[in-house]
Amino acid sequence: MKKFTTLTGIAAPLPMVNVDTDKIIPAQFLKSIGREGLGEALFFDMRYLPDGSENPDFVLNKPAYRQAKILIAGDNFGCGSSREHAPWALADFGISCVIAPDFADIFYNNCFKNGILPIKIDKETWEKLLDDAVRGANAMITVDLEAQEIRGPDGGVATFDVDPFRKECLLNGWDDIDLTLQKSAAIDAFEKKRVTAWPWAAPVDG
Amino acid sequence: MAGQTLYDKIWDAHLVDASAGGMALIYIDVHLTHEVTTPQAFEGLRQAGRSVRRPDLTLAVADHAIPTTDRNAPVEDAQAALQLETLAANTAEFGIEYYDGHDIRQGIVHVVGPEQGLTQPGMTIVCGDSHTSTHGAFGALAHGIGTSEVEHVLATQTLIARKAKNMRVTVNGALAPGITPKDMALAIIGKIGTAGGTGHVIEYSGAAVRALSMEGRMTLCNMTIEAGARAGLIAPDEITFAYLKGRPRAPKGAAWEAARAYWRGLASDDAAVFDRQIVMDAADIPPLVTWGTSPEDVAPITGAVPDPAQERDPDKARAMRRSLDYMDLQPGAKMTDIKIDRVFIGSCTNSRIEDLRAAAAIVKGHKVASHVGAMVVPGSGLIKAQAEEEGLDKIFLDAGFEWREAGCSMCLGMNPDRLAPGERCASTSNRNFEGRQGKGGRTHLMSPAMAAAAAIKGAFADVRECKLG
Ligand code: SF4
Repeated sequence: MKKFTTLTGIAAPLPMVNVDTDKIIPAQFLKSIGREGLGEALFFDMRYLPDGSENPDFVLNKPAYRQAKILIAGDNFGCGSSREHAPWALADFGISCVIAPDFADIFYNNCFKNGILPIKIDKETWEKLLDDAVRGANAMITVDLEAQEIRGPDGGVATFDVDPFRKECLLNGWDDIDLTLQKSAAIDAFEKKRVTAWPWAAPVDG
Repeated sequence: MAGQTLYDKIWDAHLVDASAGGMALIYIDVHLTHEVTTPQAFEGLRQAGRSVRRPDLTLAVADHAIPTTDRNAPVEDAQAALQLETLAANTAEFGIEYYDGHDIRQGIVHVVGPEQGLTQPGMTIVCGDSHTSTHGAFGALAHGIGTSEVEHVLATQTLIARKAKNMRVTVNGALAPGITPKDMALAIIGKIGTAGGTGHVIEYSGAAVRALSMEGRMTLCNMTIEAGARAGLIAPDEITFAYLKGRPRAPKGAAWEAARAYWRGLASDDAAVFDRQIVMDAADIPPLVTWGTSPEDVAPITGAVPDPAQERDPDKARAMRRSLDYMDLQPGAKMTDIKIDRVFIGSCTNSRIEDLRAAAAIVKGHKVASHVGAMVVPGSGLIKAQAEEEGLDKIFLDAGFEWREAGCSMCLGMNPDRLAPGERCASTSNRNFEGRQGKGGRTHLMSPAMAAAAAIKGAFADVRECKLG
C-alpha cells in the first residue's frame, strides 16, 4: 500500500452534507475491472454538464483547485454504498486526504486501504479549515500524520485523532493481508474450534 | 457482570485475535461475492500469489450489472459482459461456487443467501455491498465491506475490524393496516437521520418488530445502512427457525436440533447496556414517501413537500433547497398531486415473494396509467418461478407492467434499466440519491403496495384508499 506521512497541498472546499458514494462516482463507472483511471469520473454528475463539458462552477474545475490534494468535505461524507471505487477515484485524481466533521463508516474504512487519510475534526476547526480552503492556492495546508497535526497557512495548528493501528499501517505502507497472514496459527486454531463448537455452520457447498 | 447484547455475543464468538491496538481479527462464516466489487480483489490475490483460504465458505452470484432481459441473448454492454466473464473465470480458477444468469438460484445476493438457507443466526456474513445488512434479520452479524476487505477475506477468511457501539431501536405496538415494514424502515431513518446510526450496530426490538415476517425483517435490516449503521440485527425466534427449516443449506436432522438450541441463546441479556436507544410507536407510522435526495427526506402520503424556509438549520435548509431543485418539487405541494413517469418494483429491499404479492393485490384488475412505464424485477430466479406459479406475473403483465429476470436492475442503474434525465420514479429500492437510478433521474422511495398504487393512479396515492383485489 502507498505510504502516507506528510502531505502539503491545496485544499478544495466541498462543504455539502451527505455527499454519497453515487455522487463521488456514479454506478456507470463501476464496470471497470481495474482500479486505475477513475479520477476522470470523480464527482462526475457535479463536475460535468449534460453535454459532457466541464461545469465551470464546480470547485475542482476552478483553476485554483485543479491540483487540490486535500478535500474539506461536509458532514457524513461517503454515505451510501461500499464501493471502493470512491476512494480509488479520489486517489486517482490526486486527493489523498479528506477532512470532514464525520464520515460514513464503510467509506472511512476504505480510505485507509488506499493510502488516503480521512480526518474527523470538530466543527470549529473544520470551519477554520474551510475558510482557509476558500482562499485556494494562496492557502497551502500541511497534514502531518506522525505528529497528528494540520498546519494552516497562517501558522495555525490543529491536532486530530486517528486510530493507532491505522496510523501505523499508513505511515509504513503496510498491507493488511500480510499482517493477518502472520496470525495464521490463530486462524487455524479458530477453525478447529469452529468445527466442534458450531458443526452446522457447514461449508457453503456442504 | 453487565449483560451482553446480541452483537457482543456474536462478536465474542468470532474473535480470532484481539491484539492489534484496539483492532480485532474476526472470523467470517459466509462470504458473498458478486461481479462488481470483486475483479480487483481476485487480481490482487493473483498478483501476490495468494489463494482463497475457504472457497467452501464463499458464494458468488451475478446481480449488479447483469441485464434483466432475455438471459439467452448476449450481454450487449461490453464492460458488463467482461465483468460477468471475469467473475466466471475467477470463481472457476479459485474453486468458488457461482450462480450465473442461467442458474434459477441466481438473483440479488442478499435475496439469494437467505433463500438458500446460507444465512443463519449467529453467523458473521460479509459482502462487497453495503446492503449486506439485510442478513441481520436472522440474527447474523452482517455488513458491507470494500474491495480491499473482500481480498482480505478471500485470503484469510477473517476481517480486521473495530467493535462498533450498541444501539437499540424499539418499535412498540402494532403497525396499522396498510402499513408495511418499508414504512417502518423509512420512519426510523426519518427520525434518526442518515448518520443516526454511524459507528453503531442497531438491534431492532419491540412487539412491532417481532410481529414481522422474515421478509419484513429483511426489508427493515436492509435499510439499516441508510440510517448510517453498517449492520442491523433482530434476535432469532420461532419465525426465523420456521423460515430456515428445510432450506437447501440449512442444517438437517440432529445438526438442526443442535443449531436451534444454540440459536435460542442468541438474544441480548436483560441487563445488556446499549450506548444509544430509540423508542417508537408503530401506531404512529403512516405510509411514507421520500420527497428529497436522501432516504431521511420522508413525508406521509397525506402530507406535503416541506418548506426549506421553515428549517432553522442553515446547512439543512441549503441541502433541502438543492434537493427540491433537483427533484423539481415546490414546497407545500401535496404528495398525492405529484405525478410520476416510472415505477420500479424490485431491489434487495423489496423484491421477495411477499412484496410481489402485496403489489399484485393492488394491481389486480387495474391498468398502469397510460403515461407511466412500470416494471417488476423479482429478487431471484426462484422468486420469479414462484410468482409465476401463483399467477402474479399475469396480473402484472395484464396491467401493463414489464416482468423481468432477476437482478439489481434499476436500483442502481448499472445495467440498461435506468431513468432518463428528469424522469420521476416511484421505487421500492433503498436509495434516492441524485442520479442513483440514472443521471438526472428522480427517485421516490416507498413500499411495494404504494408503488403499485402509484403505477395505477399515475401519481402518488394513499394505499389505504385503494381497494384490494
Ligand atoms: S438491489 Fe440495489 S441495493 Fe441491493 S444489492 Fe443490488 S444494487 Fe445494491
